[in-house]
Amino acid sequence: MMAHAFFFYFFSFIAVVSAIMVTVSKNTVHSVFFLILDFISISSLFIMIGAEFLGMIMLIVYVGAVAVLFLFVVMMLNVAKQKNTWFKSSTNSAHIPIGLLVSIIIFFEVIIVIGGWKYKPELSNKIVISDVTNTHSIGNVLYTDYIHLFQLSGMVLLVAMIGAIVLTFRKREGLKRQSYFKQLSRERNEGVSLINVKSHQGVKIDD
Amino acid sequence: MEYFYTLISETYKILFLLLPLLTAVAMIVWLDRRVWAFVQKRKGPNVVGPFGLFQSLADALKYIFKEIIIPASSNKIVFILAPITTMTLALISWAVIPFSEDFVLANINVGILYLFAISSLGVYGIIMGGWASNSKYPFLGAIRSAAQMVSYEVSIGVIIINVLLCVGSLNLTDIVLAQDKIWFVIPLFPMFVIFFISALAETNRPPFDLPEAEAELVAGYQTEYSGMMYAMFWLGEYANILLMCAMGTILFLGGWLSPINIYPFDIVPPALWFIIKILLLFILFALVKAIVPRYRYDQLMKLGWKIFLPFSLIWVVLTAGFLLYFDLLPKV
Repeated sequence: MMAHAFFFYFFSFIAVVSAIMVTVSKNTVHSVFFLILDFISISSLFIMIGAEFLGMIMLIVYVGAVAVLFLFVVMMLNVAKQKNTWFKSSTNSAHIPIGLLVSIIIFFEVIIVIGGWKYKPELSNKIVISDVTNTHSIGNVLYTDYIHLFQLSGMVLLVAMIGAIVLTFRKREGLKRQSYFKQLSRERNEGVSLINVKSHQGVKIDD
Repeated sequence: MEYFYTLISETYKILFLLLPLLTAVAMIVWLDRRVWAFVQKRKGPNVVGPFGLFQSLADALKYIFKEIIIPASSNKIVFILAPITTMTLALISWAVIPFSEDFVLANINVGILYLFAISSLGVYGIIMGGWASNSKYPFLGAIRSAAQMVSYEVSIGVIIINVLLCVGSLNLTDIVLAQDKIWFVIPLFPMFVIFFISALAETNRPPFDLPEAEAELVAGYQTEYSGMMYAMFWLGEYANILLMCAMGTILFLGGWLSPINIYPFDIVPPALWFIIKILLLFILFALVKAIVPRYRYDQLMKLGWKIFLPFSLIWVVLTAGFLLYFDLLPKV
């Protein structure tokens, strides 16, 4: 049990410290790296309480996919330069009070939620240790009782994906694209033509 | 005292796995170069030791004694962390690989998810290296590599779902044991082909080695690295290739199971079968490197998103439908 406690405090310490470092560190890219460290230690905590499926999904989805895109965007934007001027100039700091207000509201909301949190008595008595693995029991609930919600969340994600593509898609003119179908269906008589070139006049090849 | 004993025995097991693995990685580099040379009718490294077997050892010594150069304008901490990340991630995934039914370091419930998660983390070593170098070619290489790895991971995930439908468990030992009757390479052959090609792209091997395409990007994300740090990237890369071969063996080629259960074949120890299968897959990797020209980047992306992903998704539906119709779905 002692080793368990040691690892719990180890991972939670890393999680808390890296969460603080996300907001404190000056370099934005470093912030994202700390965010990744935070995700990893939280998924370790998930694994420690026996929710190995959730922990692995957390790693795959958040660290393997979401944070990579996040890192991409942050590296490309070069936000590090912007950040230094935010606090110094007086014109751009109008958003700081609003941000403070929002974060205070969220803080109190979280306190209210955590303070009033109680397991339903019938739920906490129901926990049984069985041979069925985590993955099977999640699947048994997700695809039977909650199938509609599951499908609905899938639809929401699909709509979000299509929306993002539509918003960022722009058709550029004058772009030459490769079309395998066109390339392969070309015949000799449309590709090659015999032209009688008049002397001192030449021939126009490309139009 | 009990903890202490567990700690020592576990450390012993880990060393027993890691040291042979690192040796194998060094040997596999030699094998890769030899196969590559034979395809081109050259001899390859054949001077150091018998058949040139100690070539990698000589290379490693050279790397150790070379100076490590850290560029002045680089982000030093991240620059040093990047090869360490690559190497660590390449090695820790071997914890769950079952060499035989009882020869596995950690037989966890979600083994295949663990492998998938760790291989999806592998991209960080490359991005960190490319960004921290603070130079154009490494950054371009890192971005290419990240986009490539994220794209092909998606199709590898869908292929894994195909196999899991037939197995009904995420445990790697269960996946191998489910192939007792027939290896999954036979019913799921198209998936095996796609897995192999995606594994090439996932490990940045030719013909998908755009992140380090010499003609365009010098050496991609490793341009600024030298000495032992470069060697760590390199070892991590080859350990990842071996891991992908092991994954292919476990998912499709029946892991440690012997192909036929008759006399001369069933006395071979299971772990040896596993290693032979990994080596066969690796030789295929090396052959592809020698005989296929490099892809263009837009073709690479098109192949990943527009061909492999839809095809493997359709195959999931087909597999599920087949299993459901003939009532072959695994019982929990």
